[in-house]
Order: sequence, then structure tokens, then C-alpha cells
Amino acid sequence: MVPVDYYIALSAILFTIGALGVLSRRNPLIIFMSIELMLNAANLAFVAFARVYQTFSGQIFVFFVIAVAAAEVAVGLALIVEIFKTRKNINIDEMNSLKG
Amino acid sequence: MTPPVNYLDFYTLLPYLILTVWACLLLFVDAIFIPKTSKGITALLAAVGLAGALGYSITQVGIPPASGFNRMVALDGFSTFANILLLASGLFGVALAYGYTRRMGIERGEYYTLLLFSVSGMMLMAQATDLIIVFLALELLSIPLYVLSAIARKLDSEESGVKYFLLGAFASGFVVYGTALIFGATGTTNLALIFVQAASGGASILLLTIGAALLLVGFGFKVAAVPFHMWTPDVYQGAPTSVTAFMAAGAKIAGFTALFRVFTTAFPAIAPDLTNILWVISALTMILGNVIAISQSNIKRMLAYSAIAHAGYILMAFVPYGNSAVAPTAVAAGLFYLVAYAVSNFGTWGVVIALEKAEGRGLEINDYAGLSKKYPALALAMTIFMLSLIGFPPTLGMVGKFYLFRSAIAGGFPGLAIIGVATSLISAYYYLRVVVNMYMKDGDPTVEREPWLGFTAVFTAVVTVVVSFVPQILFLLASTAVLKSY
Repeated sequence: MVPVDYYIALSAILFTIGALGVLSRRNPLIIFMSIELMLNAANLAFVAFARVYQTFSGQIFVFFVIAVAAAEVAVGLALIVEIFKTRKNINIDEMNSLKG
Repeated sequence: MTPPVNYLDFYTLLPYLILTVWACLLLFVDAIFIPKTSKGITALLAAVGLAGALGYSITQVGIPPASGFNRMVALDGFSTFANILLLASGLFGVALAYGYTRRMGIERGEYYTLLLFSVSGMMLMAQATDLIIVFLALELLSIPLYVLSAIARKLDSEESGVKYFLLGAFASGFVVYGTALIFGATGTTNLALIFVQAASGGASILLLTIGAALLLVGFGFKVAAVPFHMWTPDVYQGAPTSVTAFMAAGAKIAGFTALFRVFTTAFPAIAPDLTNILWVISALTMILGNVIAISQSNIKRMLAYSAIAHAGYILMAFVPYGNSAVAPTAVAAGLFYLVAYAVSNFGTWGVVIALEKAEGRGLEINDYAGLSKKYPALALAMTIFMLSLIGFPPTLGMVGKFYLFRSAIAGGFPGLAIIGVATSLISAYYYLRVVVNMYMKDGDPTVEREPWLGFTAVFTAVVTVVVSFVPQILFLLASTAVLKSY
């Protein structure tokens, strides 16, 4: 059996990759994928810890996270499509009409 | 074996349920029965729902605390206080939106439904005593706000919606991962049980501290604390002004109520570490928000940086949260200041909306020149709000700051109080610049005359001044609200 520490280490690595992706990428779709990676890293950690404690509550949290992430996808993709229709471009470096 | 859910559980969530059910009904009624030309009826119905839930919440003041759904939510003095404040904010949000959306050609029925859903998320946040519910509430309040920011479907509005969405989702990633680590450290997501586990030494303190810090990142985004404030100016500027007014008050109240409850209930055991982090965040937020606000020429951006600065002031009182002798007063001071901030905030944004023209004109601070000659009452109201935001007597903001500084000093952080006073002095420069423009420069501003806008400005101005003479009543209410939750 694989020790639980490995799962936690993997989830920490995935979370870090996701966070770095959000900070370094310039396409909102890729940024959004990185955010999903962060959420799924948390899901992996939840499931691993739920196994340690022999409790279901961690697994149930994962279902909540998946459902909420789906709701976020619906809103997020709609926003990105909408801004693409307005400006024919979704690069966030060019989203600079707001500044002071 | 945990007991099954019964009707008493639903009773603890009743204020939230009233609003959510009303919002769902409104969604259908608006889509089927209300014609496109008379969306004012939807605004009225939304206000009725908010007022109904508000009336019910007011009857709940002083009842003994109760928890429901296996201690997932609580209905206590703290959450009732927050619910009343949030529902009142929702009412102001509708009042400001009613004329503004019509004038700007963005009047849609779903605006009010989304606003109701967002308020219900904020209320759930104040009632949550389990990290699962905190996360759900956070998303329930945020997702409608992302849509509302982009609802004008113009370039600025959409840009602000996308930015708010990406950074908000990023922040909720931190909240979820923080919750996962806390669950890993303690084996539970219930706030009270986390405290028990941490105090009994049965938890990994390192994992718990990292988890709490990640939660702090997520909440920091919501309340716009430095260094998680980058989205604030752009989103506040690009979103329709009525949305900005609502989110500036509502999201801040919700974020702080969650922060107060989660940290004081679950994390007193790791307070020494977190206090240091909170100290730095609070000081940076006060300094950066106030200093950058000086250079702004757009009033929406200036108020965005002012919102950042005010998050710092509220955090200041909360820095010594682990000290159980100070924590209740600190939270009471925070709640008091949230009321003061919400009142001045809605008044200020009401004036901004009155002066705003189509295509984003009328939003420069120079556009306020000469306001006092043509509209003396409006200029006087704006002056009161600016003085309240500086913390100058006789306004609610002054009393609120006094309580915050007092509890920071009582908690053993006079340095923070000094930074607070110094940055308040800096803030006088940019707030008073608006007043100078209104009274000492010549100009020809035109103002929209809308009854609800006028009502909001007058009402909030009167409250700001009158309550400042009898602040003990409100502070007592905030203190009793807090004591019941411990």
C-alpha cells in the first residue's frame, strides 16, 4: 500500500503548480485550468486524509468542491466568451482599459 | 451516530431560507410575468423579500443562541447582528440600483435576483460554524457578484467581471486547500472541534498553522487586504457603480464576519503565529491603501483604495484575537466599524451615482467642482461622508475608529494604533480634496434627481451624525452580539 504521505506530497506539488500557473499564464482559459488544478489538489488531500481518519466527511467535502467548481465553470466560461465577443481577444495583458 | 435533521434545524437557518426561497420564486416570476419595460416591479419585489427577512431577523435579537444541522450553522447574536446589517445593505443596494440601472440602460430582472442570492450567501457566511459551510457560502456570495460586475456588458464592466472572477476563484482555491490541511491536522472541519483538537495536542500544529494561513489568504482577497488587494481598484472602477456600492459593503461585511468567527472559534491555540502575520497585513493595508489613494483622480478608484485602507483599520483591532480578554471587545469594535463603514459607504456611492453620467463621465474628482452652489444639501451630505471616512467628529466613523484604536492598544499593539492615526491623517488629504472641490472651486455639475438616491443620501447622512452622539447603544448591541457567540 502507498503511504499517505505520498498522496499529500503529490497534492502539495499539484497545488503549487496550479498557483504558479495562475501567476505566470496570460490566457484566462489556462489560468482557469490552473485554478481547477488547485481545487483538485485539495480534493486529493481531502480523500487521503479521510482515509487516515477513517471518516466520510472528507470525501463529502470533495463532492461539494466538485459541484461548486462546476458552477464556477459555468459562470467563468460565460464571462470569457462574453469578453471575447466584445474585443475578439482574451489575453489578460491587453485587459488594461481600467487604470489610474 | 448523529441525530437526524428535524424542523428545529431549519428554524436556525430561517432568515437565510426566507431570502433564498424568495429569490428562487423571484427568478421565475420575473422571467414569466414581468415585462421587459417594467423591471421596477422586480426591484420592488426584491426589496419586499429583503425587508421581510430583515423584519424577521430583527425579532431574533436577544433570543438564546441555537445551532443546527449537526453544528454546521449557528443562529446567535453575532449572526443576527450580521444578518440585519447585510439585509439592510441589500436594501440599500436595491435602492441605489433602481434608478441607476434604468438610466444606464442596464435594467434587467436578474440583477435583483443575483443580488438576493449574493445577500443570502453573505448571511450563510455569518452563520457558518463549519468550514464546509464557509466554503459554500463564500461561493454563493461570490459567483453572483462576478456576474453582477459584468452585467453592463460593456468593455469595462466585462473586464472587471473577468478579473474579479479569476482572482476570486484563485482565492477560493486557497480556502479549499487551507480547509484540506486543517482537516488533515484535526480530522474535522467543525470550528469548535478544531479548537478542541488543537488545544488537546492531538493535532499537527504545523499543518494547522499552514491551513489557517491559507484560509487567511482567501479571506484577505474577499475583504481586500494588502497584498491580496490587486483586483479591488479595477473591479470597483469597471463594475456598474450600483454594484460597486453593494459589493464594497456586503463582501467586506461577510468576509470579516467569517474571519472573526473562524479565527476566534477555531484558531486561538495558534494565535501567536497568526498574530504576527495579521500585524503585518494590517499595517501594510493601512499604509498602502491610504498612500496610493492620494494619487487617484477617478473617484471610484479613490474609493476603492479607501476601501482597502478601511479593511486595514478593521484588521488592526483583530490582531490580538488570541488574547481572550481582548477578543470580544475587538470583535465588537470590528462589528461597530463595519456598521459605520457600510453607512458612510452607501451614502458616498449614492452621491457618486447621482453625479455619474452615461459612458463613465462625471466620475473624476474635478467633476465635483461647484457642487455646493447648485446642490448645497448633496454637497453637505458628501462632506459628512468624507469626514466619517477620515474619522473626524461628529461622525460615526470617528467613534468607530476610536473603538478600533482603543482595542488595538488594549491588546498590546500601540504601534498599530499609531500607524492607524498617522494613515488617517494622510487620508484626510484625499478625502478633503473632494470637499475642497465642492466648496471652493467653480464648476457646473448636473445631478440626477432620483427619489431613492436622495433618500439613501439623506438617511445615511442623518444616521452618520445622529448615531455618533449615542454610539453606546450600537456598541452595546455589538458587544452583546459577540458575547453570546462564545
